[in-house]
Amino acid sequence: MTMDTKNGNGRTAGRGIGLAAVRGLALALLSLPGAVLCFCLSLVSIALIPIGVGLVTTPYVLTGVRAFANGRRVLAAEWGGVRIPPAYRPLPKDANPWARTFAMLRDPATWRDLRWLPVDMTAGFVTALLPAVLFLYPLEGFALAIGLWRVFPDGYWYGFVPVSGQASAFGAAALGLVLLFLAHFFTPRLLDVHFRLTRAVLGSNQGELAERVRILTETRRDAVDASAAELRRIERDLHDGAQARLVAVGMDLGTIEALLDKDPAQAKELIAQARTSSVEALSELRELVRGIHPPVLAERGLGDAVRALALRLPVPTEVSVDLPQRAQAPVESAAYFAVSEVLTNAVKHSGADRIWVDLHQADGMLRASVTDNGKGGAVIGAGSGLAGVERRLGTFDGVLAVSSPAGGPTMVTVEIPCA
Amino acid sequence: MRVVLAEDLFLLRDGLVRLLQAHGFEIAAAVESGPELAAALAELDPDVAVVDVRLPPTHTDEGLQCALDARGKRPGLPVLVLSQHVEQLYARELLADGSGGIGYLLKDRVFDAEQFVDAVRRVAAGGTAMDPQVIQQLLARRSGDDRPLARLTPREREVLELMAQGRTNAAIAGKLVVTERAIAKHTANIFAKLGLEVSDDDNRRVLAVLAYLDHGR
Repeated sequence: MTMDTKNGNGRTAGRGIGLAAVRGLALALLSLPGAVLCFCLSLVSIALIPIGVGLVTTPYVLTGVRAFANGRRVLAAEWGGVRIPPAYRPLPKDANPWARTFAMLRDPATWRDLRWLPVDMTAGFVTALLPAVLFLYPLEGFALAIGLWRVFPDGYWYGFVPVSGQASAFGAAALGLVLLFLAHFFTPRLLDVHFRLTRAVLGSNQGELAERVRILTETRRDAVDASAAELRRIERDLHDGAQARLVAVGMDLGTIEALLDKDPAQAKELIAQARTSSVEALSELRELVRGIHPPVLAERGLGDAVRALALRLPVPTEVSVDLPQRAQAPVESAAYFAVSEVLTNAVKHSGADRIWVDLHQADGMLRASVTDNGKGGAVIGAGSGLAGVERRLGTFDGVLAVSSPAGGPTMVTVEIPCA
Repeated sequence: MRVVLAEDLFLLRDGLVRLLQAHGFEIAAAVESGPELAAALAELDPDVAVVDVRLPPTHTDEGLQCALDARGKRPGLPVLVLSQHVEQLYARELLADGSGGIGYLLKDRVFDAEQFVDAVRRVAAGGTAMDPQVIQQLLARRSGDDRPLARLTPREREVLELMAQGRTNAAIAGKLVVTERAIAKHTANIFAKLGLEVSDDDNRRVLAVLAYLDHGR
């Protein structure tokens, strides 16, 4: 946003004004037809989507709009030093026209582009043209003073000066001088205004970004806390459980070795005890593994893992699954534990005698809803299991929604992006 | 009796081979991956297959799928599935064709060599060997207050559990240290309370019990 005119040097300043004026003129000539054309084509193309033609044309038109906007971003950076980072979402590769069209239409950056076009063809045009006018109009005043006034014998208005002879032509030149003086101050600034205006409309919203960063920081802290707590729990369980039992088995075996000849009866008793300990250690390890990564989830994926979970519940539970493909392992795991927690809650608190689980994937979202016919009144409050679920889902940009009027039924829906 | 064994962990495979050989089984093949198992089951035509659920190359439920495929091609092929964990979901898939000759046990059961070998023999003979954990899950789920299971006496529940594992009356009597006649009386009571048809066939008896427990009423 600093222009080389700002460094007091007169010659550079003069060149700067001229440059700014030429650039302003170029921008004005570029922006008006370009913006009008892009805007009209976009409107027509989007309007034609319902009859199908728009589906084919829209990606091309919007790509053109992006190219136009990107051109202006480059000019803003090179001519005005104003950086406007593009924030387009990546388009799906090898997608059909339908998917491409809707991916583009869902992108907020597309709508920012479309909003920018009318601004650019009006305010943008004016702010680009003014520097040029402010520079070129005084030149006309000088030209009139030199002799151009003779071409207009019937009188001619230069600004508010009526030019009818050499004297008034000099008046025009004086006005031109004043205007040039003003241009010296305003030309680069007006161009700057143009680029700032472009950035204000075309650039992605800083507030939005700041909010996003805040949420990411928060969820990352939650994730780190949760995984640290989880590791501590696993360590403690191993240490107090399986590890201790295996040590006991080892000790028993040592004692058995010593007793084998002296007291076979007691040795036999100890062998039985050692075997019990090893069986218990195994079952503890099994529980631990189920808590870290449920075996059916690893073997079959989310659908069957939830089915297996439902079979273990004391309340009859129907599971319907519509998952075209397996999601990424962390997403599957997050969804599984969220559903598991919600189901546990339902069994413990709802008093329901039937539960329905529905898993499906649509629009890049993995959606799981758990409905029960219990007494309702569930809330995401402090200390409730649901608040914990919500926090852990946050790491995956997932959301939790609860609908639970008093008297029931309760429906808890979990949604995680999985594309 | 010829056994095909599939287990990817060398130590366990080796141990199982020795255990089975010590009890008079002939090991037709001991393999470590899904494709090898499929080939062995197709070519060797064993009397019984002992299969780990999780096998290479996918390390998912390859073993279970191989076993189900093989039973599709040769109905009633006796298969004993071993797993680090037991799930009703898998138990139901194994029992789905209703033709018996199915076992589904935790790997831990190998510790009790006699019980394990007994289970292999039972499966090979066309019977059923369900892991007590599967049965307990089923019983836990069906123990609501006004369900018929609640009308069983503790002793009858014990008998039902052993029956659902696939044991004969004689075996149950041995296990509970009572006479076979007492067990017969218990089973008759259980069948009456649960509304199941009395059957002499051990395998059909187990399937009836499992079907009842699984679907309830």
